[in-house]
Amino acid sequence: MAAEKTHVRTTLNGEATEYLCEPNQSLLEVLRDVLLLTGTKEGCNDGNCGACTVNMDGRIVDSCLVLGVEAEGSDILTIEGVATPEGLHPIQQAFLENAALQCGICTPGFIVASKALLEKEPNPSEARIRHWLAGNLCRCTGYDKIVKAVVAAANTMEGKK
Amino acid sequence: MATVWIPTPYRDLVGGVETVTVAGSTVRQITRNLDTAHPGFWERLVDDETDRIRAGVSVIINGVVVGTALHEPVGENDEVHYLPAIAGGA
Amino acid sequence: MTTANKKKYKVIGTTPIRHDGADKVTGRAIYGIDFHTTGMLWGKILRSPHAHAKIKSIDASKALALPGVHAVVTGKDMAVARDIEVEAGETSLNYMHLSDNVMARDKVLYKGHAVAAVAADTQHIAEEALDLIDVDYEVLTPVLNGREGMKADVPLIHPEQTTKIMAFRFDPGTDSGEKSNVAGRSQLKLGDIEAGFKEADFIVEREYTTSWVHQGYIEAQNATAHWNNDDNITVWNSSQGTFNQRQLMAEILKHPVSQIKMVPLEIGGGFGGKIPVYLEIPAAMLSKKTGHPVKMTMTRTEVFEGTGPASAAQMKAKVGATKDGRITAAYAELVFEAGAFPGSAVGAGAQGMFTAYNIENILIDGYDVVVNKPKSAAYRSPGTPQACFPAEAVIDELADLVGMDPLEFRMKNAAKEGDRRADGVQHPEMGNLECMEALKASDHYKSDLGGPNRGRGVASGYWGNAGMPASCSIAINGDGTVSLAEGSPDIGGSRTSIAMMCAEAFGIAAEDVHPSIKDTDSIGYQGLTAGSSTTLRNGWAVYEVTNQAIELIKARAARLWETEPENVDFADGVFFSKAEKELKLTFKEMAGKLMETGGPISVAASVAPRGAGPSFTTHMVDVEVDPETGKVDILRYTAAQDVGTMIHPDYVEGQVQGGAVQGIGWALNEEYFFNDKGAMLNASYLDYRVPTMLDLPMIDTILVEHANPNHPFGVRGVAEISVVPPLGAIANAIYAAVGVRMRDLPMAPHKIVKALQEKNGKTK
Repeated sequence: MAAEKTHVRTTLNGEATEYLCEPNQSLLEVLRDVLLLTGTKEGCNDGNCGACTVNMDGRIVDSCLVLGVEAEGSDILTIEGVATPEGLHPIQQAFLENAALQCGICTPGFIVASKALLEKEPNPSEARIRHWLAGNLCRCTGYDKIVKAVVAAANTMEGKK
Repeated sequence: MATVWIPTPYRDLVGGVETVTVAGSTVRQITRNLDTAHPGFWERLVDDETDRIRAGVSVIINGVVVGTALHEPVGENDEVHYLPAIAGGA
Repeated sequence: MTTANKKKYKVIGTTPIRHDGADKVTGRAIYGIDFHTTGMLWGKILRSPHAHAKIKSIDASKALALPGVHAVVTGKDMAVARDIEVEAGETSLNYMHLSDNVMARDKVLYKGHAVAAVAADTQHIAEEALDLIDVDYEVLTPVLNGREGMKADVPLIHPEQTTKIMAFRFDPGTDSGEKSNVAGRSQLKLGDIEAGFKEADFIVEREYTTSWVHQGYIEAQNATAHWNNDDNITVWNSSQGTFNQRQLMAEILKHPVSQIKMVPLEIGGGFGGKIPVYLEIPAAMLSKKTGHPVKMTMTRTEVFEGTGPASAAQMKAKVGATKDGRITAAYAELVFEAGAFPGSAVGAGAQGMFTAYNIENILIDGYDVVVNKPKSAAYRSPGTPQACFPAEAVIDELADLVGMDPLEFRMKNAAKEGDRRADGVQHPEMGNLECMEALKASDHYKSDLGGPNRGRGVASGYWGNAGMPASCSIAINGDGTVSLAEGSPDIGGSRTSIAMMCAEAFGIAAEDVHPSIKDTDSIGYQGLTAGSSTTLRNGWAVYEVTNQAIELIKARAARLWETEPENVDFADGVFFSKAEKELKLTFKEMAGKLMETGGPISVAASVAPRGAGPSFTTHMVDVEVDPETGKVDILRYTAAQDVGTMIHPDYVEGQVQGGAVQGIGWALNEEYFFNDKGAMLNASYLDYRVPTMLDLPMIDTILVEHANPNHPFGVRGVAEISVVPPLGAIANAIYAAVGVRMRDLPMAPHKIVKALQEKNGKTK
């Protein structure tokens, strides 16, 4: 039996957003099936692949492990909020220039997670990048070009291109 | 005359040899002549209902996969193999 | 990177941004799993909890009474599919087996086997409804191992199945009349192995086992189907072959092919696992019953339990060599677990396992055995990762006995053009030895291991590569750009490679070609996005359409210049008059003049190309083994591969790197843990341990461009083979590091610890 829906008010990609959701709906499900923002992907639905990574109040989280009702009053960034009308974010550009995606399904999660890293630590080592992003699985690339893209993005963002 | 490589499980039909020389200028003729000399091949290799080499078999001529058509030409001194059709996963 | 036979290209060999790039990095691209449409219901599958059982009855009345539930379908609602083998792309399949796999009829044959499907207003209601469907099972004893399954006194999974002595995967062969779980026996014989072994000074004979592994694509299977009132069915999904799936649906649903439209959305990985149909059929059936579109996806657990992983294998290998290092004979026995229905990749494994080497005497016995596990599907060079593992491990032991460096031993025996494979076919021109030589000349080979418990291993591999038909069409726009329509779902950047070949032919920029991937109503027949063949066969289609277009435009230029078409030529993107050299117009300029010279130009073509050309590769890996924990760290990895002409080098390299990492996972960590009831205990990404970026170093590549002489752009298939060598290379490296030969995959830490304890005489 469908439970009564909760009215949630949150900030999504910088804009005030409201939605109705049932208590058992994850934030991932709300994003994809209620708000139709399908950029955030479902890979496992149990917090083990990172495809559903969003930035919630400054921390990256697996949105499949967050309930839709928990987002009340939060500030959420999804992949749809990374680029601006001015253009792609340097991380997005770096992923393209370094061919850091093949099927691309893991890419939104990697971009949101990498963005959080580079905003905290503008010059991470390869080892630090691999550690930070260990929770994001990719089955296509072998990760090599993803690491290179994050390094390249860090350089761009530091103005050292 | 073409050289036909006999699939291993069928070599008992040809007295155990690996290859047999066969006359013919199409896969149909080669297969038919092979069967005439060594009965049993036509039924194993050809689907009479579709008039083609059976599904799952690829004919290879001089190392090139040519598929299952019986009208495929075979040249003088060509090498013919009947092999399992194999695709793959990306 | 080394090159050979390389022509000078302007676009081919460059690295433009992929055409779908902006959509993919912004989350705009719509994957199959993302699809929504109005009036959509959600479907879920009820799956068998038992590995082997008879279905006595199914009662869905309580489920149907749940508010929000619209319909339930079971295997009984499906027509009985024909029990015949038919061509499907390059291989063949049995419709009845496929249909029974999609939804069980009388028996369930593995835990996770689909038994019923429900359509409801939401996913949550559909899931709740599953719990309300009562299935009465008569549980049977499962068969859970290939060699066990071959024995005389075990339960028969398919009671009427008899062993066929086969030359081919599904041939009628010789029916042995023996009722058995062994669906097929096959054999490859070349020369005389008895004589070959007599010649050998050293012989190594070993046994090996591998476990079931999954392709691990991150986007689960999905399908949204709409069976409309006019009896037209539309399916939106992620697919590795829309025309193949359309054919399967037509057969299973007994519906005309022309009334089924497969619409391929973006696909989040496949590796062979998205070739078959799974959800498409129940989604269509539910749509018919409810009058609504029905969307179905799988949970990760369902993906592990209910799709097509790669077979576990029990294998023997025996190889002999002379004391100067020449391999004289090779024998192997391959027992592959096919899963619930016949048709493992044992044949491909046999064809590939020794094929990197010139061996004149070979005998390989193959067994395709059904077991109560999911029906296997293709996974990247199917059969050869398993089969090459024993080959590469035994060859390594031989190199040791002979006293040769393992890479040099392989080079001495490397197959060359004209040498014969185990099935007797001669190798065409290819770069097998070149790869090994390039590896030998590499920095990696010359570098120091630099520490204790470290070792270096090598292994080679072979994969045949497919052809398959392709179709594409182009329309020339007035501004000199080209719209290119093709039908291959793009798993790894292929739409850009295809666009680049078109751009090269016309002498324009890659950015000026706009590729799109069409549904089955809108483009001609297309083979599978598999078999390392997409770029190759679409390259042929592009070659056809661009040549035809160029001839048509020449005629237009002739009109402008008031001369005959034979007097017009085209080179480097420019049309020019042969007689008057000042008369010339670029492709772009001509594009602007089409309307005034006769109207727009568009061209379509379908091709069925031949001469795909095989893939060869050799990998080298440095590992460090922690003797206390058995953990293996990959320190350095280099993959050398003959890649033909690289259209987009970054995406070619990406395929090599990605496959190598899948192979590393297969070698070290990945496996299905089955309990004695046939249930997979680790059906999640937590416990089915695929490599994370923390587990790996950079994957270096040496890409040898030995152009395929049978392709207009020199393209050779590249995308599958790199998964093959890591299994053997890592096993060999572990031996070099700590002196134990691992023969059971995966080489998980506890097994290495145990092996070390046994070696040091400390068995518990």
